[in-house]
Amino acid sequence: MAVPLLDVRDLSVAYLSEAGDVGAVDHVDLAVEAGEFVALVGESSCGKSTLVFAIARLLAPPAEQTGGTITFRGEDLVHLRGEALRHLRWRDYSVVMQSAMNALNPMKSLEAQFGDAMRAHEHVSRSAIRQRTVEVLRLVGIDPVHRQSYPHQLSGGMRQRAMIAMALLFSPSLILMDEPTSALDVVAQRSLMGQITQLQRELGFAVVFVTHDMSLVSHYSDRLVVMYAGQVVEAAPTATLFGRPLHPYSRGLFDAFPSIRGPRTRLTGIPGSPPDLRRPPAGCRFHPRCPVVMEACRTQAPRLADQDGTLVRCLRYPGSAAT
Amino acid sequence: MTTAVAVRDASDEPVPERGARAAAAGVARAVLRNRKATLGLLLLVVITVIAAVPSLLAPGDPKAAIYDQQVGPSLAHLLGTTQVGEDVFTQLIWGTRLTLVITVAVGVLVTAVSVLIGVTAAYVGGATDGALSLLTDVFLIIPTLPLLIVLSTYLEGSGTIAIIAVLTATGWAFSARQLRAQGLALRTRDFLEAARARGERRRYIIVAEILPNMLSLIVASFLGSATYTVATAAGLQFLGLGNSNDITWGTMLHYAQQNGALESGNPWWALAPGAAVAVLGTTFALLNYAFDEITNPALRPVRRGRPAA
Amino acid sequence: MTMPAVAGADAALLRTEGLTRHFRLGGMFSGRQLHAVDGVSLEIRPREIVALVGESGSGKTTVARLLALLYRPTSGRIVYDGRPVDRLRSRRDLLWYRGQVPTVFQDPYGSLNPVFRVSHGVLRALQLHRPELSPAARQAEAERVFETVGLSPARRLLRAFPYELSGGQRQRVGFAQALAVQPRLILADEPVSMLDVSIRIGLLNLMRDLRDQAGVSILFITHDIASARYLADRMLVMYGGHLVETGPTEAILGAPRHPYTQLLVASAPDPRQQLTEPAGALAAEPPRVIDPPDGCRFVGRCPVAVALCAQRTPALTQLAPEHHAACWVAAAAASGERAQVAQQVLER
Repeated sequence: MAVPLLDVRDLSVAYLSEAGDVGAVDHVDLAVEAGEFVALVGESSCGKSTLVFAIARLLAPPAEQTGGTITFRGEDLVHLRGEALRHLRWRDYSVVMQSAMNALNPMKSLEAQFGDAMRAHEHVSRSAIRQRTVEVLRLVGIDPVHRQSYPHQLSGGMRQRAMIAMALLFSPSLILMDEPTSALDVVAQRSLMGQITQLQRELGFAVVFVTHDMSLVSHYSDRLVVMYAGQVVEAAPTATLFGRPLHPYSRGLFDAFPSIRGPRTRLTGIPGSPPDLRRPPAGCRFHPRCPVVMEACRTQAPRLADQDGTLVRCLRYPGSAAT
Repeated sequence: MTTAVAVRDASDEPVPERGARAAAAGVARAVLRNRKATLGLLLLVVITVIAAVPSLLAPGDPKAAIYDQQVGPSLAHLLGTTQVGEDVFTQLIWGTRLTLVITVAVGVLVTAVSVLIGVTAAYVGGATDGALSLLTDVFLIIPTLPLLIVLSTYLEGSGTIAIIAVLTATGWAFSARQLRAQGLALRTRDFLEAARARGERRRYIIVAEILPNMLSLIVASFLGSATYTVATAAGLQFLGLGNSNDITWGTMLHYAQQNGALESGNPWWALAPGAAVAVLGTTFALLNYAFDEITNPALRPVRRGRPAA
Repeated sequence: MTMPAVAGADAALLRTEGLTRHFRLGGMFSGRQLHAVDGVSLEIRPREIVALVGESGSGKTTVARLLALLYRPTSGRIVYDGRPVDRLRSRRDLLWYRGQVPTVFQDPYGSLNPVFRVSHGVLRALQLHRPELSPAARQAEAERVFETVGLSPARRLLRAFPYELSGGQRQRVGFAQALAVQPRLILADEPVSMLDVSIRIGLLNLMRDLRDQAGVSILFITHDIASARYLADRMLVMYGGHLVETGPTEAILGAPRHPYTQLLVASAPDPRQQLTEPAGALAAEPPRVIDPPDGCRFVGRCPVAVALCAQRTPALTQLAPEHHAACWVAAAAASGERAQVAQQVLER
């Protein structure tokens, strides 16, 4: 069994404040193999973005990692500092943000920005920058003539692809993507997802893809990890999870998607909202909203347990109760 | 449309009761927790009391020129006397009132004018914005001193009003630009579109919907103007451009300098009002910083929490 | 009312004819025009939900602003209940219209004034549009509409500030504000786009209930076909400022005629469905809407475009009962079909 590319164990992240610390991520395990596409799914404030930021070592005060380890290719990411961390950044793993306009410099052309990124890591000549820029732009399906373009001259879909191009500059082995398609319309979204998976096949990098929209990743991810209130509540291969969602929350999420084909029935979604993480509910964090809640759920916090290849955190399944 | 629509799937999280009392308590707590706020507020209260009832601390008459001339501090005269025999300490205490009045007056006027012009320019936009912005830019460039000299020749004998007028005229433009910028940012917010879609009048939208959202900047603008005014007004009065018959810290500085207080006689005649000006300026500066920190949590000093588990 | 009804008032609640809105770009002397909305003719009937579907930049939000009279049309007419409203000027007329056709906005975090309690908007709406109510009656009405949209307990929630409510609750407040004026038509501009998927259903169900139980029509503007299908009786598809297809929802989704609609339907993710590669048009260049030439605006991305498409702008033509599309190729195919059907009928 190969060592996973990324191995997150027991990670906890909190936002410190005088009014009380908010535990955004609570003892999360996440392992990503080389070349794997893992989708992190959940509603807002479930901790998925915070988790990815922690992995990318981009947490800023008041957010702070309060426990756990992050191992990348066997190296401990948490205790890397300064030069060593900089060396890893962008070469071995890179990050694609939610909004291109937040990540791209509006005052510089694409080539200039790519050049900046490259020069931050090694000495490169102008022609090397130009060559690599053309290469990565072609990879993402942008006509290389745009290397001199400014971000505002490109359409939304092209800007997102430019961000992915930037993430590919050093052919990293892992790309972390935080809702990269949420600003795009359906057609551009489909196009971008297709592009990402094609690149994955060609270049072999692993992807951790954060989204609140399960249906978006349903055809592309190898594994699906569902988060709720800072915890992983279900994790399984995509097909398995879609075929047989075990956790009541996952089932609720499925039922919340109106479909384009098939019968037009009335859906119910999940009543209520995610809990205030300063004072999460006792026992199972989902119990106030759970349609199949039991007495024990109000007091006993379930653990993640294996059910034939699916990890699920629910007292209804054997192994979840703490002994 | 009298039937209630049955909706069972709304959220029923409890909403905390927040009365006015709870809100006031929250503010008080925020102030007390912030050291700058507490200190600034304390100083302001002390200075205001002194300004309101100066006879509490200095029962004499500040203009009574009956004492020994230009003597140093003693038990009878805590800060000594002036060239003509007035008690410096009494003058300092009595001078607080006019100094504070000028400061607050300019602060209020600057804020009023800059809000009017800045917010109108932002919300109305178009040619009005162009014209008002041009006006703002012109006033930004006008230099204080020559303007005051010109104005004081016209306003003979009413030096205080001239100072208030000039400081307002030269101070409003800066705040107006800031308020316009914030107004522009707020303008695109949906709740203003929603107010328009509701049928509200433009005047109502500016006063009742936009201004309350700019309260933070408006208060900051007031505090900033006050800080600026303290030193500048004192400076102008020091140069002799105030009303020489008024007693303010600035005029005290003027007379002290005229009579060479620092070199001979009673240096405290100059040092005391100077220090007082510094204290008042610091008070408003402290309140300004504190206000920023209280209203913008991102600026608060980050207290590092407990170590990693 | 201050205006006489137009003779021959139609069944439609709201109707537009050739609605157009251009924006001048650049300075005062520039001649460039952005054609945000061009020649849109649509219809909304009583007690129905119509979905206006399009990507960002298609002009759907501009249409909403035009119908709310927040923008003035460059040309074209808007007719509400038989009365032309696009030229309304007086405060009284505008206020009347706004009380008939309120708007719900997209952004739950920006559509409520953060310094006021959430009761503010509802009470203001009541003050402006139902001035006959006493303060006590207003309070009672506010509580009633809050209960109607599912914000319960109403009295307590009315006193909350926006930051104390979740995104879904804030959007419900937006609907409550719209309901307070007792409207016949609500313009809902992407009301669920910024909410988590699991929260959307609650609001979509609310809109369904408003149509079914309160008889309110809704213009539901969205880029998401799936929620459009869930809610709407009829669908209007926009692209590059033009209406490209209109008709009953099931007809459009079952057999989309316009190539853009076909692309949209094929691209929408559906986990219960096998993945199909949408035909071509994946290199998504946005449509040209600045001083656009004549011709179909989809021509750059269209897999079936012919020479005519780049020369003349297609008009909305009826291809089936109630089903219209603005496409030369689709129209030709349809008339070909009709000719075939006519032939078959003759042969029988």
